[in-house]
Amino acid sequence: MTDASRTVVIGAGHNGLVCAAYLARAGREVLVLEASHQVGGAAVTRELVRGFKVPAVAHLLYLLDPVVQQDLGLAGHGLVFAKASLKTIALNDAGEPLVLDGNQIASGPVSAADRAAYTGFIERMRRFAGVLGRQHGRIPPRLAWNRWRDALPAGLVALDIRRLGREDMREFLRIIAMPIHDVLEESFESPLLKGALAVDAILGTKLGPRSGNSVFAYLHRLSGSAASLPRGGMGAVSEALASAARAAGAEIRLSSPVASLVLSGDRVTGVRLETGEQIAATSVVSNADPKTTLDRLLGARHLEAEFARRVQHLRSIGTAAKLNLALAALPGFRGLEAAQLAERLVIAPDPGYVDEAFNPAKYRDWSREPVLEITIPSLSDPELAPPDKHVLSAIVQYAPYDLATGWDSQRDAFREAVLTVLERYAPGIRRQVIAAELLTPADIERQFRISGGHWHHGELTLDQFMMLRPVPGAAQYAMPVAGLYLCGAGCHPGGGIMGTAGRNAARAVLEGASR
Amino acid sequence: MRAPREHYRQVVHHTPFHSRTAAANALNLWHRWRDHTVADAYFDVGLEYTALRNACAVFDLSPMTKHRITGSDALAFLNRLVTRDVAKIRPGRVGYCLWCDDQGRVIDDGTIFHLGKNEFRLCSQERQLDWLLTSRLGFDVTIREETEEVAALALQGPTSCRVLKQLGLAGIENLAPFALASFPFEGTDLLVSRTGFTGDLGYELWIAPSHAERLWDRLFEAGEIHGLKPMGTLALEMSRIEAGFIQAGVDFLPADRAIRTDRTRSPFELDLGRLVDFTKPNFTGRHALLEEQARGSRFRLVRLDVEGNKPARDAYIYDSKRTVIGAVTCSMWSPMAKASVALASVRMPWGAPDDELWAEIYYQKELKWSRINARCRVVKGAFYDPPRRRLTPAPDL
Repeated sequence: MTDASRTVVIGAGHNGLVCAAYLARAGREVLVLEASHQVGGAAVTRELVRGFKVPAVAHLLYLLDPVVQQDLGLAGHGLVFAKASLKTIALNDAGEPLVLDGNQIASGPVSAADRAAYTGFIERMRRFAGVLGRQHGRIPPRLAWNRWRDALPAGLVALDIRRLGREDMREFLRIIAMPIHDVLEESFESPLLKGALAVDAILGTKLGPRSGNSVFAYLHRLSGSAASLPRGGMGAVSEALASAARAAGAEIRLSSPVASLVLSGDRVTGVRLETGEQIAATSVVSNADPKTTLDRLLGARHLEAEFARRVQHLRSIGTAAKLNLALAALPGFRGLEAAQLAERLVIAPDPGYVDEAFNPAKYRDWSREPVLEITIPSLSDPELAPPDKHVLSAIVQYAPYDLATGWDSQRDAFREAVLTVLERYAPGIRRQVIAAELLTPADIERQFRISGGHWHHGELTLDQFMMLRPVPGAAQYAMPVAGLYLCGAGCHPGGGIMGTAGRNAARAVLEGASR
Repeated sequence: MRAPREHYRQVVHHTPFHSRTAAANALNLWHRWRDHTVADAYFDVGLEYTALRNACAVFDLSPMTKHRITGSDALAFLNRLVTRDVAKIRPGRVGYCLWCDDQGRVIDDGTIFHLGKNEFRLCSQERQLDWLLTSRLGFDVTIREETEEVAALALQGPTSCRVLKQLGLAGIENLAPFALASFPFEGTDLLVSRTGFTGDLGYELWIAPSHAERLWDRLFEAGEIHGLKPMGTLALEMSRIEAGFIQAGVDFLPADRAIRTDRTRSPFELDLGRLVDFTKPNFTGRHALLEEQARGSRFRLVRLDVEGNKPARDAYIYDSKRTVIGAVTCSMWSPMAKASVALASVRMPWGAPDDELWAEIYYQKELKWSRINARCRVVKGAFYDPPRRRLTPAPDL
């Protein structure tokens, strides 16, 4: 046992690093313990084969908290963008791509009516997303009637909605829990446009376009800014955060997996590493997901019964797989010029395609014709691949974590299905593949220690949002066991590479908040 | 045992003693306790009660919900479940306990039998399997409801020890209150605990259902000259009120059944704070109860000696300024205390020992209603508390 006046952060994922940096800047002695040999959690750049570097899981930056960027001076710590404000290019079977650029339809097979409606639609959705965005940096209100100081933050949420104005407020409240499919049907007629927008609502979730809550998931994604690519891959964000944390005085220990929390009486007083080493701490902040933290590291027996049940019932079944390819040459996508390959490519030619891709997931099976979100980051960031060679990174849905047959017998068949879809849109790509890596949610769970392999550490739906995230009674970052905090995507405001949960958690730790 | 697929054809069942209780039930008076039929009274409530307090009486408590809890984490599991420290209930002992939800509101009370290493029985009036299974998460423990695998009788009253000796239970007089012992009985084990719900000297007898009728017959053979009578629920209810014991659904609303959360009660609000052990690092309800301890409770359970002889049935309780501050939950004329007694739940801060409280009692004589305001005195502990209840060796009358 060593110095007991320190704060231990479990996990050097982006939120853990943000939290560590804020705590260290506030004068805390901070020790970050990371299981892996590199920082970043699921936001890392890895070498797939010699000379080819890929963003292992997360590959586009939408939501990185501007306050965090500024407070921690990430630009000064090496965060540079290889490409900002990526356009979305939706592909169809006919080779007539649709290009979405901000709130404009740049080109593509859509009707004049849709072209006219699109801008208004996006602007309105951005106003709605702004309501969610304004909640991100706030510690969620408590669901208790006897605490007036908690009524104020709850009132602010209501005020934000009211300030939309009468028309928008009605529409916001009407659609917030709706399926995106219904809203798209009301708004547009072009299948390719509806398919592309549907993808924004379902990526990373266990939702189909006809699922309730998919509008909410869409607004969450929209609450950030346009997609961008950091130079050096997604790992560069984590490296910049780690550098900021170290500069503030935090110590980061790699290859130090935590086995369990150490309790003394009713308090967490440290952690035990898998090596058996014990490290004392006045507070422990866990960047691990809620189930890993509370079920595995703490143990349900140290929670009260109803709370333990709520944690057990947290919905966190990942459905997004990740395909990483090393390519011998730049692939050719039908209907696209080479320069366009640097944008965000989406394969979801119509909303029905997305819905049908989702169907097998309901029955714990994988999509035969999956939805793909593709980037070729080496076009914007040549250092990721040898000259004239490229890396392709794709998020693939749906691949449910809890596959009925288990993944071991299905991984190869699933990868073949994904490559077959790719080949249809980029003929010849198979022959260009030097190396391929397909990470199912089960792989993501194993490699990145995220239970269920869920990006967001838990579905991002209204039933698991704000004061309900991760579970009711623990939405203010402090866990029921004194000295223990959560700071990861399982907390408000959730996943995507944001860092806001880490920032909010640091505030809760510094205020010495208890549940 | 009933065939599993036919279970719905009959939902209320006979206890293993039914052939005997039915024969003894001169009044043919029954009610439903969970899924079983039990006698309200056999021949005369007053005389059954009199037998209990002056000789002894036997009560069929087979419908009591029983759970067998085993496994390496059995003790840890129970310690997280209930508010008291189960480690203090040694093997061969029984402990009274209660358990709460996360809000610190009482779900039920019951008894834990420490049968052996990693082996416990939890008895409760209400069904608890769902809550126990919920609470099991994170523990290596096996929980089995064994209600129908164990027949049980309560033998209570001053001559109860004598009757058991007569039955051949050697050394039974040395069994201390809340202790357990096993005796051979016609080729099976008869488990005896010195426990009960009457506040008197008494025992509870636990046996395989196959031997239930033999046990009943042998008890009555042994007990006849010692005044043994069968006793129904109504006489038991009188004795438990005299003893000052609370009952789920009567004196408190089980938290898992409540829709209105302000209707439930914490252990402190049931005058059972002594069963809450905050030195345990974790148990369900601990956070809420610590908060309550700091903030103060909302209610207090009081035992009232009511002036006059009219039972204060369902009476409102007033303070000296005629403000309603609570209500009676159960009441009776106590033959042993020679007083009208009641349990009541009152709002804090009322109910301190020398508070002036009033009960508004409505009663009728030959269909004519009258109303009186009766002064109440707050009583500490049981209304009737005979020393024999605690003596070891037990008096052998």
